[in-house]
Amino acid sequence: MEKMQQVVGRARAAFNSGRCRSLEFRLQQLKALERMVQEKEKEILAAIKADLHKCGHNAYSHELLGVLGELALAMDKLPSWAAPQPVKKNLLTMRDEAYICPEPLGVVLIIGAWNYPFVLVMQPLIGAIAAGNAVVVKPSEISENTARLVADLLPQYLDRELYPVVTGGVPETTELLTQRFDHILYTGNSAVGKIVMAAAAKHLTPVTLELGGKSPCYIDKDCDLAVACRRITWGKYMNCGQTCIAPDYILCDPSIQSKVVENIKAALQEFYGEDVKSSPDYERIINKRHFKRIVGLLEGQKIAHGGQTDEASCFIAPTILTDVSPESKVMEEEIFGPVLPILTVKSVDEAIEFINRREKPLALYVFSNNKKLIKRVISQTSSGGVTGNDVIMHFFLSTLPFGGVGNSGMGAYHGKHSFETFSHRRACLIKDLKMEGTNKLRYPPSSQKKVDWAKFFLLKRFNKGRMGLAILALLGIVAAVVIKVSFT
Amino acid sequence: MEKMQQVVGRARAAFNSGRCRSLEFRLQQLKALERMVQEKEKEILAAIKADLHKCGHNAYSHELLGVLGELALAMDKLPSWAAPQPVKKNLLTMRDEAYICPEPLGVVLIIGAWNYPFVLVMQPLIGAIAAGNAVVVKPSEISENTARLVADLLPQYLDRELYSVVTGGVPETTELLTQRFDHILYTGNSAVGKIVMAAAAKHLTPVTLELGGKSPCYIDKDCDLAVACRRITWGKYMNCGQTCIAPDYILCDPSIQSKVVENIKAALQEFYGEDVKSSPDYERIINKRHFKRIVGLLEGQKIAHGGQTDEASCFIAPTILTDVSPESKVMEEEIFGPVLPILTVKSVDEAIEFINRREKPLALYVFSNNKKLIRQVISETSSGGVTANDVFMHALVPDLPFGGVGNSGMGAYHGKHSFETFSHRRACLIKDLKMEVVNKLRYPPSSQKKVDW
Repeated sequence: MEKMQQVVGRARAAFNSGRCRSLEFRLQQLKALERMVQEKEKEILAAIKADLHKCGHNAYSHELLGVLGELALAMDKLPSWAAPQPVKKNLLTMRDEAYICPEPLGVVLIIGAWNYPFVLVMQPLIGAIAAGNAVVVKPSEISENTARLVADLLPQYLDRELYPVVTGGVPETTELLTQRFDHILYTGNSAVGKIVMAAAAKHLTPVTLELGGKSPCYIDKDCDLAVACRRITWGKYMNCGQTCIAPDYILCDPSIQSKVVENIKAALQEFYGEDVKSSPDYERIINKRHFKRIVGLLEGQKIAHGGQTDEASCFIAPTILTDVSPESKVMEEEIFGPVLPILTVKSVDEAIEFINRREKPLALYVFSNNKKLIKRVISQTSSGGVTGNDVIMHFFLSTLPFGGVGNSGMGAYHGKHSFETFSHRRACLIKDLKMEGTNKLRYPPSSQKKVDWAKFFLLKRFNKGRMGLAILALLGIVAAVVIKVSFT
Repeated sequence: MEKMQQVVGRARAAFNSGRCRSLEFRLQQLKALERMVQEKEKEILAAIKADLHKCGHNAYSHELLGVLGELALAMDKLPSWAAPQPVKKNLLTMRDEAYICPEPLGVVLIIGAWNYPFVLVMQPLIGAIAAGNAVVVKPSEISENTARLVADLLPQYLDRELYSVVTGGVPETTELLTQRFDHILYTGNSAVGKIVMAAAAKHLTPVTLELGGKSPCYIDKDCDLAVACRRITWGKYMNCGQTCIAPDYILCDPSIQSKVVENIKAALQEFYGEDVKSSPDYERIINKRHFKRIVGLLEGQKIAHGGQTDEASCFIAPTILTDVSPESKVMEEEIFGPVLPILTVKSVDEAIEFINRREKPLALYVFSNNKKLIRQVISETSSGGVTANDVFMHALVPDLPFGGVGNSGMGAYHGKHSFETFSHRRACLIKDLKMEVVNKLRYPPSSQKKVDW
């Protein structure tokens, strides 16, 4: 569609105008975004509620809080993030300026997901703007209210040509992906991730893919079960299980399985009361298609708790399954719903083996009083990230990069990592035209003597401390004189 | 071919055995590599000579020196590179351990190029081993002597299952690329780069693509032309122009064009003497196909110097073209040969505009006494890397990342950047089960008070 070409073309022309180069401009845009979140809070919360049946308090904590935090961080840190970063020099480059200079990439594409529809476009957008790019934003059409709102609001607050919003479904996204971008950040599932990367390959566009997987949750026998289960319950059933880093399934010893069930039930009671369906804190499944998919996973399973559903409102009660077989459907793909299978394992080694037989997940959780055991699980498995003795929380520390590995994704963002994802780190070396004498040993005609000198220069590094510097400087000067004398 | 599946399968099984987890093991492998370079120096230099007509001294400086430096660096720094990296915490995580833990990715694939056939497989290999991976090495078949040697030597020094070498051409590489890897580092051209990335997409394999482009070289009027031109000459004609970061073409004011030509000619004389063809320091074009390609670029051009060729020995003399038109064939793709076009521009702004109309190159060079002008050029253009007042040298600073942007590539390596390229940086947060009270404000039932907190 010509429309896509025009939108991207306009963004590129706007980028080439150079106006988003200055830090002042970028800060101004970020400040405008902050104003937008503050002024339009009601509208944003209403859109999220319409999409996910999420009450205002939760929408605020789950989405807006994170956005405001990220904005504040970016505005505060931008000067230091954007500054050239000097690097350690060697004998050859002693007199030179050597640094890494972060630069904007150009026009980047952000494809959002429907489960946290606001923060999953906003958080990458903040990083992309901070890094000085033009940004095309494509919110998920499945969370249609938030998509429409984002399409309405961004042009009211931001530079319209630099930061356009494109809406639509699969056909529109497919068309958009034929355009050339300088980076694409996609949040969603692995199947579409492959499609995005294949499209990006046609233009040699680097990608950040925030995908998913089945995030395992190992509960050790030696652990405060009440606390562990309360934390797991919070993370699992938040957003009705529709969280990319939700604990997908539990692994624990058979002897504690029923205690785990009891503790989760108790926590559910604390959180949602007697009648979950009427709790304002319990969300709904995003649409009928996903509703049916999740209900299908319950077939043939031993339901220890929950299982009630109501298609008309896409309601699925918080559900626990016990004695789940590893080969069952519910253990095939990411559940992304309020269904928590418990599988029993006889030891932490069996748990580790189980986890390693499967694709690397986006998150991994392990609960134990034994720090050594936790470290062992971490060191013998791989995943995007880990939280020990809690769930989700590594997501909230912005100094930690947030991303997957293997099937759960590539690249990472959040905080400074967003800025770096959307920047090119350009290696810069500024020399002068003096000291040509030293260069003589690299020019033809070659000789063994020159090679020996080159070995001396290249296999020495600068050490810390002024003493080391002074000595090397002296050596360098001596070397330069000797070389000039030997090779003239 | 089943063979590829077996090789990769064996590497994966070896990786899963866990033996390359320990730093001791990795250091041992790196030490073995170092021994290999030292013990087999003669053989390696001979292979490079057979492939590129490069004399031993140059092969040593261009390739082995870099490999030895990288090995020494990796062995020295590995413990610090591999250590968990604590991160700044916030109020919520005050009592917790928060760190980034580098982890091996698994089985990585390194596809080498033919122009620096030894270092371009070795340098990535060092990073991949240091990061704890199993590695499949695929040297370029075009530099066939070095490929064969690498295939012979690596199994003599390294763990055979973890670090395997696969040889072959396009069919073998295509087959190899159907296998699943945890990272692929490819060095070569953009067209094949797209093929590699498309193959990687099928498995969601992250890639580092070290590609090329036309690296511009702007010479300002205010500059010591003799020094500038000598440095440019060195970089342009090294390896007979077959260097990914060679200054591809020159941009300068018309008033200095002839002085530039004179100075380059003088430097050529210094370097190669009267008869370039008999200088042991002057290499040859890798094969007939590239020879013909480069000779074709000379058609219709004003040859200010050079132009002599000899197909039998794939010899092309150091050549300078003047008053080159931006639309000519020689300005279409990366030259990768000893042909240096000079295009005239009336100002640095015109040079910048010219550069920005084209794809982002792997390297960019600017020569000037005026540091402000240099910074202007840098800030108004983009490229993988930059050296001002010299060529290549940014690639020799171990702490600078080496890689492209846009059409010239994605990702970077060298030194610590290699280690990071071949690692997963896993975010780790370790809490304890105490202080549960604080968590109450995150649990339902929600309330305005909790939100305010």
